[in-house]
Amino acid sequence: MPDPATQRAIDAVWRIESTRLIAGLTRIVGDVAVAEDLAQDALVAALESWPESGIPDKPGAWLMATAKRRGIDALRRRIALERKHELIAHEQRILQQLDQPDLVAQVDDVEDDVLRLIFMTCHPVLSRDARVALTLRLLGGLSTPEIARAFLVSEGTVAQRIVRAKRTLSEARVPFEVPGRDELGDRLSAVLEVIYLVFNEGYAATGGEHWIRPPLCEDALRLGRILAGLMPGEPEVHGLLGLMELQASRLRARVGPGGEPVLLADQDRARWDRLLVQRGLAALGRAEKLAGALGPYTLQAAIAACHARARSVEDTDWLRIVALYDGLAALTGSPVVELNRAVAVAMAFGPEAGLELVDALAGDRALRDYHLLATVRGDLLERLGRDAEARAEFLRAADLCANEPERELLLARAEAL
Amino acid sequence: MRFMVLVPADDGYEQGRMPSTEELAAMTRFNEELVKAGVMLAGEGLHPSAKGAKVRFEGGKRTVTDGPFTEAKELIGGYWIWECASRDEAIEWIKRAPFPDGTEIQLRQVFEDEDFDDVMTPELREAQSRLREQTETR
Repeated sequence: MPDPATQRAIDAVWRIESTRLIAGLTRIVGDVAVAEDLAQDALVAALESWPESGIPDKPGAWLMATAKRRGIDALRRRIALERKHELIAHEQRILQQLDQPDLVAQVDDVEDDVLRLIFMTCHPVLSRDARVALTLRLLGGLSTPEIARAFLVSEGTVAQRIVRAKRTLSEARVPFEVPGRDELGDRLSAVLEVIYLVFNEGYAATGGEHWIRPPLCEDALRLGRILAGLMPGEPEVHGLLGLMELQASRLRARVGPGGEPVLLADQDRARWDRLLVQRGLAALGRAEKLAGALGPYTLQAAIAACHARARSVEDTDWLRIVALYDGLAALTGSPVVELNRAVAVAMAFGPEAGLELVDALAGDRALRDYHLLATVRGDLLERLGRDAEARAEFLRAADLCANEPERELLLARAEAL
Repeated sequence: MRFMVLVPADDGYEQGRMPSTEELAAMTRFNEELVKAGVMLAGEGLHPSAKGAKVRFEGGKRTVTDGPFTEAKELIGGYWIWECASRDEAIEWIKRAPFPDGTEIQLRQVFEDEDFDDVMTPELREAQSRLREQTETR
């Protein structure tokens, strides 16, 4: 066992190098499961030898060389013992790939491998849950227990999800490549969706005892920043990054001293993180400059920017927000967007106008059991002085809500009426 | 965790010498690597101290001295703001930077609001909030 300081240093190197290592190995052996095993073996080797030898000058190159050498040794041993012909052929193929000089790495940027890996872990052949788990594991560097904690499922479930995902990728022969122009749009949307799912699970946890979980937001932000570095010409990549930076800027104002949610209207805006606001506005600016028509993430970032620029709720440009929601609703046709639009309309034109829109949405199947619809309705009714109805809506919303602090807030609002 | 990485200004820098093309290329590569790793939040270089000034507080008086600061040993030439998972990660990144022999880089952790919770009274926090609102809201 290395001493704690060395252990921490190795952890740090691993955090920096693991994604590039796994990505490079995936390109060489063509299979992400094999690549991850090889990378893990290299980490074990590092833990064995670095405490004695010290961390090498180029730890990334050391890990890659060790992963290949150990892989070759293990494959030779296995081939010698193996009886089944097809397995021997398979292992010999991998052996061959590992045992030749990596010419691609000499002409290609290692970062291209990371980009290819993102498109692989977010491939539509996988379920959404599997994409999230695999992306967090291979690109976020999260361990299985960390992912399990993040999504409130058992470690066994996550481990199985990841194993199955790797098998699916291998069976479907998903190529290790950045998709071509014709499918790039859809495939990039899938990548952005995974990153935003992770962010949202940190920003407004759907379940559990915490209202926000900043470490998950940070993981998503890091992925978004990496992607923006790798695909600087894609407007929606900057749009998503801008949206996340702007929302994250409010994180520390979003929760009260007792862990209770603090909504936008009640937040101490001076506690917003100015550096993140500035970064969010800059990313939005890049997205707007690159885009012809604004995409859904850029529109949402533009809405978040209206809040970021406003000194108070009253000072907010609600008319512009309504217009941006119009664009977003036309683009997505999402009832959740319509609900948000109704809130903005209520702010711009009064609660009556908002309530009319919300009531029109109440019949929508997708929204019927959505606690935010009841929350918004309760809020608008309260502002109209229809207290008894408002109270009933808050209670209904609390019933539908799975997040404990949010539920308590709703019950408290019902109680106050 | 947010960190500030302080880069010293060497003599050449202080005399206004611009970096060579090779130095600049190496630093650009390093910066790109930081961006592509999602680590870099901000970074700026500072003008030589000749364009700066010092204000000294003594006996209720303020004495202003124009730059350059010839006697100062630890002059700052620039800084980065990084987001890292740990102090160790920040140190590993610094080790990769293309600085010449003899350079000494300072790593400092940036305070976040929570760090003040013990010493901040509600009144102080509110006063600070008002102040920030006046100075920073655009």
